Amino acid sequence: MGNILEMRGITKRFGPVVANDGIDLEVREGEIHALLGENGAGKTTLMNILYGLYQPDAGEIRYKGKPVTITDPNRAIELGIGMVHQHFMLIPPFTVAENIVLGHEPGSKTRLDRAGAVEKVRALSQEFGLKVDPTARVESISVGMQQRVEILKALYRGAELLILDEPTAVLTPQEVQELIGIMRRLVEQGRTIIFITHKLKEVLRIADRVTVIRQGRNVATLDISGRGAPGPVTPPTEAELAALMVGRAVSLKVEKGPAKPGEPVLEVEGLECLGSRGLPALKGVNLTLRAGEILGIAGVDGNGQTELIECLTGLRRPTAGRIRLRGQDITRLPVRKRFELGLAHIPEDRQKRGLVLDFTVAENAILGRHYRSPYCRLGVMAWQQVTAHAQRLIRDFDIRPPLPGTRAGSLSGGNQQKLIVAREIDKEPVVLIAAQPTRGVDVGAIEAIHRRLVAERDRGRAVLLVSLELDEILALSDRIAVMYEGRIVAEMPAEEATEETLGLLMAGGTRSGAEGGVAR
Amino acid sequence: MTIIIESTLRYAMPLIIAALGGMFSELSGVVNIALEGIMLLGSFTAVAVAYLTGNTYLGVLAAMVGGVALASIHAVVSIRYKANQVVSGTAINILASGVTTMLARGLWAEGGSPPIQRIPDLTWPFRITPFVPLAFLLVALCHWFVYYTPMGLRLRAVGEHPKAADTAGISVERMRYFGVLMSGVLAGLAGAGLSVGLLSGFEEGMTNGRGFIALAALIFGKWTPVGACLAALLFGAATASQTFMQALGIQIPAQFLLMAPYILTMLALAGVVGRSTPPASVGIPYEKGAS
Repeated sequence: MGNILEMRGITKRFGPVVANDGIDLEVREGEIHALLGENGAGKTTLMNILYGLYQPDAGEIRYKGKPVTITDPNRAIELGIGMVHQHFMLIPPFTVAENIVLGHEPGSKTRLDRAGAVEKVRALSQEFGLKVDPTARVESISVGMQQRVEILKALYRGAELLILDEPTAVLTPQEVQELIGIMRRLVEQGRTIIFITHKLKEVLRIADRVTVIRQGRNVATLDISGRGAPGPVTPPTEAELAALMVGRAVSLKVEKGPAKPGEPVLEVEGLECLGSRGLPALKGVNLTLRAGEILGIAGVDGNGQTELIECLTGLRRPTAGRIRLRGQDITRLPVRKRFELGLAHIPEDRQKRGLVLDFTVAENAILGRHYRSPYCRLGVMAWQQVTAHAQRLIRDFDIRPPLPGTRAGSLSGGNQQKLIVAREIDKEPVVLIAAQPTRGVDVGAIEAIHRRLVAERDRGRAVLLVSLELDEILALSDRIAVMYEGRIVAEMPAEEATEETLGLLMAGGTRSGAEGGVAR
Repeated sequence: MTIIIESTLRYAMPLIIAALGGMFSELSGVVNIALEGIMLLGSFTAVAVAYLTGNTYLGVLAAMVGGVALASIHAVVSIRYKANQVVSGTAINILASGVTTMLARGLWAEGGSPPIQRIPDLTWPFRITPFVPLAFLLVALCHWFVYYTPMGLRLRAVGEHPKAADTAGISVERMRYFGVLMSGVLAGLAGAGLSVGLLSGFEEGMTNGRGFIALAALIFGKWTPVGACLAALLFGAATASQTFMQALGIQIPAQFLLMAPYILTMLALAGVVGRSTPPASVGIPYEKGAS
């Protein structure tokens, strides 16, 4: 097989930051090529250059043997390059067909041929075995379905080379399985796929070859499946890939001993609330969290996890039910009162809720305690104390750069997250609510944050871990509860949980179904 | 009865045309509270050109050109320089009020024009200014444009999710310029409809808030051409019935009826009279490449 794409010496700077530093990439026709790297390594930047969203500062792109300049997405589409972005580029109130044909509508300039669009989408979805309803509105279909719409959108534009940016991030394990099937079928039909990921398992499971990118440079290109390789191939191990990606050996397993659960400290009974659209989001949630344990809440995004966290932390008003913290009813207490009683919260969106990006590290580090001694005396800020406090957190949690006066917005994602984790743990809470504590954080920081959460557990604190990453739930939790459509549909000790069982439960299956008829 | 209908139509006409203008801008994702100022400039330009050339039709054409000129300031400031669109719109309203006053005083000494030749009324089927049927024709045209042409689909795409449109190969900038400049054409035309269609001359500040009421009609009509037209007719009827009730000796303070458009609009935004959801990205400048 020849190369369909060659990128040579691609360099891209954003101000002082070098996102791509002379990257080379070769992709063979008809292969599934993984682009592996940590967040911020430069994978997405490289692909945005290929798709014409950015212009490289230096370097050359050869497509099908010819040098090309890709000035904008239109040019990429003309060449036959299509991209499915991590955050879907779909317009919620438009129909599936409208979204697919947008920009290349059938019909004349003066007449939009809706029936023709629907017909074309039907034909295309048949050809590639991607089932969608062309007349459904995008806002009313599932995330997995939206992803198919995105893939069809690229195929409609005649894509031969498909770029998938973190395609599995939002899917359930079963949907991932389907996606892999779709990817294989596309390759069989002569398409080439580049997929961006930071998950090692996926690379080994899906890819024919992998290119590893670290800090804006490519460090290796390796054969995985052996398809199209000249000789027999020994695929790399997960640990080897991880070491290439991070630049040093990392421990992928979280070291933790057995939990020693104590008294129940957080009790939730029959909790109900409405979501942002005014529809019921929680429909009677019951759970008990004990001191000295980590309770993991698994579930596909949008099944009430966000609302549960908001109800617990006082950001959303429940319509029914009770929340007790160490026996005291806190259901109607304001946010500050709850924190004073021993709740701490690592919010799921660090930039929206976790930090004030324009404040310094030191200022962010006292948010929530800013009104109290020693940071504030008689209504006046004690800046020396504030700075000293920040210096301590920076040292304990290895936040870089180690300067209390840095603007929080200029820290990397991993360091922002470490700052929040540091602030919340430093409150010495009874209950720590950790929502997506490692979302979009590099492997090194994940390791550090995981170790801290386990350490807190061992110090007798209760941790409620809400995560969309099944691996994280399985690695950290002592007990696992699964949320589906606003309810806890199952709860089990971590030892009994497997990815398959949880995946089925997350998709609305029953536990007995998941375990082949074995009831609890 | 015919009197009420006729006077409703007369009140509603400038609102309908200006609301359609606002719709183009807002569907593309640019808030346009400069409608008021653009209308005022349109009113003035129509009269001034008609006065200077003796040709009122030329005046109407000039009003649209003037509208585009003023709207282009708003376009450049909010699209190219990504400034706050409400601030830009407010500045343009103040600018238009100052410029028209200054020029009017220079031209006519008293700040108002002498009576000029109006666009003649239709004689059949009603005696009414041709701007009224024109307004309805424009509603139909805009409806067709927005929902039945590829351009319309792209315009709405840019206002809902500009990044998605960009990745689909649609130029967000170009579509937004188109939207804002169209609002200049239509708001300018609405101003002309007021000064040389309904009336026959210019007075300082003669639009008197109609641009804002048109914006209210657009919101109340859920950002659709037909909805905005119906809302404008409702607001027109409220104003018309006020004079009518006074004639009948019914004592409702006029202020209550004049408040109607604003109150209805607030109720619509609050979701009391059917939820009114703006285009998702209206008011947010588009930064290429920002995540």
